[in-house]
Amino acid sequence: MSGRKSITISLLILNLLSFLPLLTISFSPDQPTDRRILVLLDDLALKSSHSIFFTSLQSRGFDLDFKLADDPSIAVKRYGQYLYDGLILFSPSTDRLGGSLDLEGVLDFVDSGHDLILAADVSASDLIRSIAAECGVDFDEDASAMVIDHTGYAVSQLEGDHTLVAADDFVQSDIILGNTKIEAPVLFKGTGHSLNPDNSLVLKVLSASSSAYSSNPASKLSNPPSLTGSAISLVSVVQARNNARIIISGSLDLFSNRLFRSGVQKAGSSYKFEKSGNEQFVTELSKWVFHERGHLKAVNLKHNKVGGTDEPSMYRINDDLEFSVEIYEWTGTSWVPYVANDVQVQFYMMSPYVLKTLSTDQKGLYHTSFKVPDVYGVFQFKVEYQRLGYTSLSLSKQIPVRPFRHNEYERFITTAFPYYGASFSTMAGFFIFSIVYLYNK
Amino acid sequence: MAALETPQPSTLRHAFGNVLSIFVLLLIGVFAFSIRLFSVIKYESVIHEFDPYFNYRVTQFLTKNGIYDFWNWFDDRTWYPLGRVIGGTVYPGLTLTAGTLWRILNTLNIPLSVETVCVFTAPIFSAFASWATYLLTKEVKGVGAGLTAAALLAMVPSYISRSVAGSYDNEAVAIFALIFTFYLYIKALNTGSLFYATLNAIAYFYMVCSWGGYTFIINLIPMHVLLCIVTGRYSSRLYIAYAPLVVLGTLLASLVPVVGFNAVMTSEHFASFLVFIIIHVVALVYYIKGMISPQMFKVAVTLVVSVGLIVCGAVLAVLIALVASSPTKGWSGRSLSLLDPTYASKYIPIIASVSEHQPPTWPSYFMDINVLAFLVPAGIIACFLPLSDASSFAVLYIATSVYFSGVMVRLMLVLAPAACIMSGIALSEAFGVFTRSIKFQLPGVSQNSPVNAGDAGNVMQNDVVKTEKSEDSLKERPSRKNKKKEKDKVERASVVPQIEKRLLVLPLEASIIAIFLLVLLGAFYVVHCVWAAAEAYSAPSIVLTSRSHDGLHVFDDFREAYGWLRHNTEVDDKVASWWDYGYQTTAMANRTVIVDNNTWNNTHIATVGTAMSSPEKAAWEIFNSLDVKYVLVVFGGLVGYPSDDINKFLWMVRIGGGVFPHIKEPDYLRDGQYRIDSQATPTMLNCLMYKLSYYRFVETDGKGFDRVRNTEIGKKYFKLTHFEEVFTTHHWMVRIYKLKPPKNRIRGKTKKAKSKASSKRSGTPKKNPWH
Repeated sequence: MSGRKSITISLLILNLLSFLPLLTISFSPDQPTDRRILVLLDDLALKSSHSIFFTSLQSRGFDLDFKLADDPSIAVKRYGQYLYDGLILFSPSTDRLGGSLDLEGVLDFVDSGHDLILAADVSASDLIRSIAAECGVDFDEDASAMVIDHTGYAVSQLEGDHTLVAADDFVQSDIILGNTKIEAPVLFKGTGHSLNPDNSLVLKVLSASSSAYSSNPASKLSNPPSLTGSAISLVSVVQARNNARIIISGSLDLFSNRLFRSGVQKAGSSYKFEKSGNEQFVTELSKWVFHERGHLKAVNLKHNKVGGTDEPSMYRINDDLEFSVEIYEWTGTSWVPYVANDVQVQFYMMSPYVLKTLSTDQKGLYHTSFKVPDVYGVFQFKVEYQRLGYTSLSLSKQIPVRPFRHNEYERFITTAFPYYGASFSTMAGFFIFSIVYLYNK
Repeated sequence: MAALETPQPSTLRHAFGNVLSIFVLLLIGVFAFSIRLFSVIKYESVIHEFDPYFNYRVTQFLTKNGIYDFWNWFDDRTWYPLGRVIGGTVYPGLTLTAGTLWRILNTLNIPLSVETVCVFTAPIFSAFASWATYLLTKEVKGVGAGLTAAALLAMVPSYISRSVAGSYDNEAVAIFALIFTFYLYIKALNTGSLFYATLNAIAYFYMVCSWGGYTFIINLIPMHVLLCIVTGRYSSRLYIAYAPLVVLGTLLASLVPVVGFNAVMTSEHFASFLVFIIIHVVALVYYIKGMISPQMFKVAVTLVVSVGLIVCGAVLAVLIALVASSPTKGWSGRSLSLLDPTYASKYIPIIASVSEHQPPTWPSYFMDINVLAFLVPAGIIACFLPLSDASSFAVLYIATSVYFSGVMVRLMLVLAPAACIMSGIALSEAFGVFTRSIKFQLPGVSQNSPVNAGDAGNVMQNDVVKTEKSEDSLKERPSRKNKKKEKDKVERASVVPQIEKRLLVLPLEASIIAIFLLVLLGAFYVVHCVWAAAEAYSAPSIVLTSRSHDGLHVFDDFREAYGWLRHNTEVDDKVASWWDYGYQTTAMANRTVIVDNNTWNNTHIATVGTAMSSPEKAAWEIFNSLDVKYVLVVFGGLVGYPSDDINKFLWMVRIGGGVFPHIKEPDYLRDGQYRIDSQATPTMLNCLMYKLSYYRFVETDGKGFDRVRNTEIGKKYFKLTHFEEVFTTHHWMVRIYKLKPPKNRIRGKTKKAKSKASSKRSGTPKKNPWH
């Protein structure tokens, strides 16, 4: 028995040792930025046609591993450990991924907290569509449909069917798209998708203008198009419940060198931008998706009685307590204090009994103090912080609240004086009565 | 032995009789203790059932943390998230008794574990209870009756069922306290001694500490006092026996945290106060009557009666106003269901759902008190020949307890001592009559008649005391009028047997046959009791056995499941189950539960009931809002264990529906019939309880045949979406499921086939009662 145990322990140590070098450079709760990224391509030519994007990633320190999508040697997982932190699927037409990777594999990859960039395109394969659908993004069911915008198209010499859309309807979030405003419209040529409005995890980052619709440009429009107006999303992001992030784009060309470099003039506008917004848009988005931005962590959730320093195992009703938590934000290289004025703590037992906004010392420490309600039970300190673009913080710590002990009540209360009077006068009366009765014969 | 005795002087005979009766009592105590050890021998030294596990856990806490921490114990591992103030909601008598016992043993360097002490508390106290019965019956009808009653009580099945080794419940010590309190009351009444009256109040305090059944005492004794007053038996002894009990007893009772102000504020206690007033009025009347002339007395009577009526009216008005101002008219639900047997089934399903709160069936009388049921009427008659204060109390006791036992099967336990006392009286009187008949017709051969020496001792002893008593009661009436100062002396002096002339003498043959038949009856009773102790009432219910053609099978699934929970889940994980298993889960698995057997919060139980009767998604939401991690269900379909959750399920629906009206009982019944086969309603087949019970059940035998309900189940192949099975015990009796976390991603609706399902699921209105 003990022999077997020691063997397992030594195996465990061996395992840990072998993974130690990997762990130090990869994604971890302390270093949440991704490092190793697997790029799956339809065609190795994409490597050069989208080189600006890839180079920008590599220059930011990512370790890209290019593979053909049907390469039989693809493996994202070995011995239960993921070999990559991120996956870029630039293979819209692949029906089957090579190696052991399939639809389930990609979804498991995401569900274990890894990130994904998925680029579809016109006539994307079922595989790509199902991955998107599993993440809450529904591409136009007509495989050959493209987003067409007869008023918001990009003026160009070559194409006359208005499928090269100049989109400038960005999501209003500095966290996702960076602090610098994207001035130039983003050139988009590809298929559109829609989102379920009930789905709280998925978000339109770039939506089409109200005049856009989705249809096959080659054929006559016989029926009203299924997707129209600003309901069409061109690029969406998903942040799963485990904070894995996903970009889903309806266009692979969005990332291409050609559109990065091309100038843009939106129809109806006389101003021509020298360079499209694509590069800035895609770079900022990739920073977000690989956790270089918008990643929060909350640590040191502490509480104690006012005047004490130790964390008690139980409070009494009407105790005064102090609560503090530290929240930091990841900048891609280091943790910096997160500063906000809207972080709240709940003192919760089936419903919040106390809801307080925490005040911050600008150094990451959030604190407040409040009185425990006059109710006993098993409470929780809950910090639920969900802001657009940030990873969601959801902390809770259980703490029981007990009623007064038998000797913690007030011993003498004013309202009871008549009763004290009554009992003492009865005692005195009984005493006198006894004397009179016994000795007065 | 009797032959040796007869020629001796009466004092020696007395001494010998005393030694003999002490010896017999000792044997009775040993017998009462050892007949309850079947469960330890047949199974193991283990705590039984449900409530005992809670008591055991509390005792452990007490021995570890001391009495003050116990008093102030706020338990955060039960009734999550409300918690429970254990110190203020528990009757501490049993726990303190066992805790003290354990402490004493440990200071004597007898290192017994707390569990061992708990297991053997009940047998020890049943020995005490039989001695208390001896004392009480001795006060009523003499030593012979006392010994017979003690022997009967030592093995009465009804009491054995609650006091086998391991049945560590309040009743174990409460029955002793009950009988002992009655004894002290009768003793105080017979002697008129303030010492016994004070002891009585203290014994009453112990009873209040031990069991909610103390209200029986505080209603029965006033009833008896009232009876004595009404029948003109008022005496200063009665006053001394009663008044200190009310004053001291109420003061002491209100010291028990769980009773507190209830001792003066609930209707259960009002009878004692009312009688307390009446006895004072009566005492005043007797006092005045002694002081003034008859004419003056008549005037005074009219005066007092009119004033008294006004005062009574005022008090009554205040009482009625007080009572009417409370919603349940000042009565607790359990008391109300005693007064109106249909009350619980109409208004409080949670009380009605407990099997021991159901009215008993006729066979259960025969099972639980056996031949005593036939001897009781004879005992009642014997009590009227002649009627004394004490015997009238015994009659009142049996009359009320018969009624209560008819309402709730659990109160059969209160009936059992009364039945033993009555039967003891009946048997010893009968023996008395028959042996006397034999003795008078065959002088000198009386030693042949009794079958064994013990009986002979009893009978002879009984003979003497019988005379004493009848003498005493004869003298009682005249002496009362002279304020009976010399009563004690009279009692001590009356030893001369002068009975011949008044006695009923039966023919010799009839007497011998009758004695033989009585012994046969007793033998039958003993055989039945031993059988009941060995077979019927010794099962600990956490370990089950079944005997089949290929030998004995042991089902230890409960402990297997609790052990799994203890070793494989986080310390702070919450486990939801129906409330029956709450105490066991906290005690054996040491995990937090949502509801348990202390059913103090109906809404909370209804929430769990609602979750169990809801479809999976709604149930998941309810459980998730309560931070539940695991759900435990008990399922007997594979091995045929009938008290499983599917059989309790209708109560979950009823209790849940009582608070959350969207759960409707008819939805679960097909034409008023509860069924789980293919005819069952869709609501039934889709509710969580059905799914958790029958998930993968079809894999056992290929067709899903439920051996409790004796049908094939209605829905055999289904998947769970929000729960996953994590553990099922060897015989499938306990199944544990884990709540799946919410989905990491939310699917889109592209795929046609699945889109409908997902949209329907998201479209379900929230049935979570917390929202």
